[in-house]
Amino acid sequence: MTIINKSAKEINKLFINKEISAKEIIDSFYKQIELIEPKIQALTSLTKELAYRQAEELDKRISKGEKLGPIAGVPIVIKDVICVKGFSATCGSKILENFIAPYEATATGKLWDAGAICLAKSNMDEFAMGSSTENSAFKKTKNPWNLNTVPGGSSGGSAASVASMETPISLGTDTGGSVRQPASFCGVVGLKPTYGRVSRFGLIAFASSLDQIGPFARNVYDAALTLQVISGYDPKDTTSLNVEVPDYISRLNVNTVKGKKIGLIKELMGEGIDAEVKKAIEVSVRLFKDLGAEVVEVSLPNIKYSLPVYYIIATAEASSNLARYDGVKYGLRADGAKEVLPMYTKTRQSGFGPEVKRRIMLGTYALSSGYYDAYYKKAQQVRKLVTQDFLNTFEKVDLLLTPTCPTTAFELGAKVDDPLSMYLSDIATIPASLAGLPSVSVPCGFDSKNMPIGLQLTAPSLSEELLLDAAYAFESVCNLSEKLKDKHAVGVV
Amino acid sequence: MITKEQVEHVAKLARLELTNEEKELYTKQLSKILDYIDQLNEVNTKGVEPMTQPIPTVNVMREDIVKKQFERSEMLKNAPHEEYGFFRVPKIGE
Repeated sequence: MTIINKSAKEINKLFINKEISAKEIIDSFYKQIELIEPKIQALTSLTKELAYRQAEELDKRISKGEKLGPIAGVPIVIKDVICVKGFSATCGSKILENFIAPYEATATGKLWDAGAICLAKSNMDEFAMGSSTENSAFKKTKNPWNLNTVPGGSSGGSAASVASMETPISLGTDTGGSVRQPASFCGVVGLKPTYGRVSRFGLIAFASSLDQIGPFARNVYDAALTLQVISGYDPKDTTSLNVEVPDYISRLNVNTVKGKKIGLIKELMGEGIDAEVKKAIEVSVRLFKDLGAEVVEVSLPNIKYSLPVYYIIATAEASSNLARYDGVKYGLRADGAKEVLPMYTKTRQSGFGPEVKRRIMLGTYALSSGYYDAYYKKAQQVRKLVTQDFLNTFEKVDLLLTPTCPTTAFELGAKVDDPLSMYLSDIATIPASLAGLPSVSVPCGFDSKNMPIGLQLTAPSLSEELLLDAAYAFESVCNLSEKLKDKHAVGVV
Repeated sequence: MITKEQVEHVAKLARLELTNEEKELYTKQLSKILDYIDQLNEVNTKGVEPMTQPIPTVNVMREDIVKKQFERSEMLKNAPHEEYGFFRVPKIGE
């Protein structure tokens, strides 16, 4: 029986019905990883010891007749910025190359408690800073659809591992689009929850007012399932929201989008958006109408300022968060410094890559004396205006629709020397991040080079169920599943 | 616009040692990025409350109870240089 092309839902069913053991499940995926990983380079380390331990435990429990939940027996890959106790968490950085996580992130702890199995840690842009995963200090992950193109970023490894069937699901993190943009590039589903829906405890910080953990999957149901498990209040994260988590799974139904009002954001359908991407979105609009939704054009006048706002706020927060890497308590320490100050500066010089340094510089500048009001405060004020635009628009519509990215996956190396053009890749994903809103990318078509295109849906705060409903209904009528299945299987040959 | 002298000053604040090439490169690249960011000046933000985070700010309190969460030895495992149960660093000042 071929397991690797099955969904999380199917794998769980086979496991619960004792048609396959947990050990057999992970054997299959590790075999696929062995075959495909040399080409894709999506993973930074395998967690075999943990996976086989978890599988053994699960097989024991099932043989005892224990009733296990809907994610039991399902393998998952975790982005290397999230702590899995006892295993490395490199953040794609030389400065944490030898760091072993001393504690477990809340999100991953919930997964293990629910019976998911940890296969591996995945590659990423260093400290989640990037849109192509080329900023990893260790390897360049390839897009499984075309090995000459990037998988997107910063969670490129998590997206590529799901697309190449190394795993049915994975976790990434999204600060300005780092789940949704690679999901779009790799033809998979990627969801960023509402800020505060998923605990950030054990997620190594990049920009604390923006970071959220989110799932990748090859279909909407599996993304909903994963989100269900990782969501919820956590006293260890003071920004985690103490509100009930709805049942995302059982309500999924093709008819739920009927009568909903969807706003197509005018500003993100104009200049800078590739013509083929635009066309795919227009086709998607028709599909939503066929499903019984009303689609109207809406305008968010301040949304065009999202990118400059983001690059001040995210870098300012990063410059503060990354001050901790000084060679004292953990991570790399540069050799040879006789005093403590040169030890700091040399450690940071040799441990951080160019993009991380660039952002630390930009953030430090924005926070420095004399520039704080002009940059940081100004950006925070415009952030408020962008958020207000969303709130105003959600008085008129239930959901917002845009392309996830202005283009499909670009070639490796195409943007590495031009940071600003790389940043523009996130122009459609950043606005929801600034406002802390839930947002999902779903495959919606292909360009003439046969590369996947993603559409992005954004919902009001804490309305993930609306997103998932609409994405599920869309997926059911979009008829991409066969093509996606074939293409995902490209990895196997 | 940002000058090379400003780049040097910011690098010092950020505790980053930069090579001369890096200084030149960052001067150029950061200038370009800051020019792009300057478009924020066209937005009228008079009287707009700065937004620090996406959720309402509230004080989160907990009981003040001492809990032992980690063993000292566990936390020292990742230390680049540990001695006698402490983090060892080079000398600070004269």
